Amino acid sequence: MREIDVSVITDNVAEMCISVNHFLSDDMKCAIEKSYDNEKNELGKVILEKLKDNLQIAGEEMIPICQDTGMAVIIMKVGQDVHFTGGNIEDAINEGVRKGYTEGFLRKSVVDDPLIRNNTKDNTPAVIHYFIVPGDKVEITLAPKGFGSENMSKLYMLKPADGIEGVKNAVLQAVKDAGPNACPPMVLGVGIGGTFEKAALLSKMALTREVGSHSELPHIKELEEELLEKINELNIGPAGLGGSTTAMGVNIETYATHIAGLPVAVNICCHVNRHIKKVI
Amino acid sequence: MEYHIEAPISKDVLSKLRTGDNVYITGTIYTARDAAHKRMDETLNKGDELPVDLKGNVIYYMGPSPAREGKPIGSAGPTTASRMDKYTPRLLDLGLGAMIGKGKRSPEVHDAIVRNGSVYFAAIGGAGALLSKCIKESEVVAYDDLGTEAIRKLRVEDFPVFVVIDSTGDDLYLKNN
Repeated sequence: MREIDVSVITDNVAEMCISVNHFLSDDMKCAIEKSYDNEKNELGKVILEKLKDNLQIAGEEMIPICQDTGMAVIIMKVGQDVHFTGGNIEDAINEGVRKGYTEGFLRKSVVDDPLIRNNTKDNTPAVIHYFIVPGDKVEITLAPKGFGSENMSKLYMLKPADGIEGVKNAVLQAVKDAGPNACPPMVLGVGIGGTFEKAALLSKMALTREVGSHSELPHIKELEEELLEKINELNIGPAGLGGSTTAMGVNIETYATHIAGLPVAVNICCHVNRHIKKVI
Repeated sequence: MEYHIEAPISKDVLSKLRTGDNVYITGTIYTARDAAHKRMDETLNKGDELPVDLKGNVIYYMGPSPAREGKPIGSAGPTTASRMDKYTPRLLDLGLGAMIGKGKRSPEVHDAIVRNGSVYFAAIGGAGALLSKCIKESEVVAYDDLGTEAIRKLRVEDFPVFVVIDSTGDDLYLKNN
């Protein structure tokens, strides 16, 4: 049994909130560079250049990359041999979000009730997913999610007979519907299988996987590559103004499913695909 | 074409702009997004005056991150315009000059743009740090309690936008797809 004081979680979450909103991870920086090198459309290239400038200014002057610093999505993988002490873990995580968003000059974008809609003024509560895993470590993944792209995400309950073609059509339709609204170039997180909610969670977790990495399953890796190619033929382009860079990556996660179903969730993220991981 | 124009923008200038033009705006513009639009709509329903005279003015659909010390504003890129579609035709009919946002607009907004000789511009989404450099002053002028969604008066210099929907109803996004 390893004891971890929850104040350690608070401090780490706070620091991660600030860092992730000012610096993109290396995989995303590489993806934007690569898109810039490959983009043939003149206006598309100009826009990608501005996105590179934007990242530089954000890091140098500590201005958030995007004003929508998101709702904090936190994936906690807690080792089964860990014992949290010093308080409630949920409160500790939210305290970290409160501290990070307040001290880091990040936007407070959360309302307390979806219908009454009063801003909580500290960006809490976070959306937290817990997983119990073997070991005595805690892995915290933080992925603040902006809603320009979140609003364009979709969940389809396909039939088994729809098969792989049905999955491709669903993903392409979601990208076409999103178009310029989701701040392309996008990153797609796709969850296939499980149940209604499992597919959605898989799609969110897929977005936290490095862009440029691939599924270990050969048929899924092939699907990731084919979808990326097809999406980039849509000519939506950077900022939706045309070009060959509509998406920079398609990450797919799968899970077993029911004999009667084929759930497909498409979580769309903009080019500010923020994710940061820390193991304690 | 490339234009450097002053805001508020006259109808004459708006009528010259065409879909795809690169425009740099200097002058005064106002921010408003979801909650401010809802409140303006409720104000009009009650027959009251809006807190800002929209005549000929530009609304930028934007809610900034907080300003650091010595800076006028934080990150300040556009938000998705379609969420304001429900309220926009009414504001255009009341004299709103132009809008800056990102993403598609509804057929009703297209019609109202043509009917009023207005223009819908897009700024680059997700480039809030870069765009903040063009904002020189920012002041909350209404709905302070809405935090980031308050109405702000901004002084901008060479703020870069593209004409997406021009006063003839031509739409850049539809042309591309």
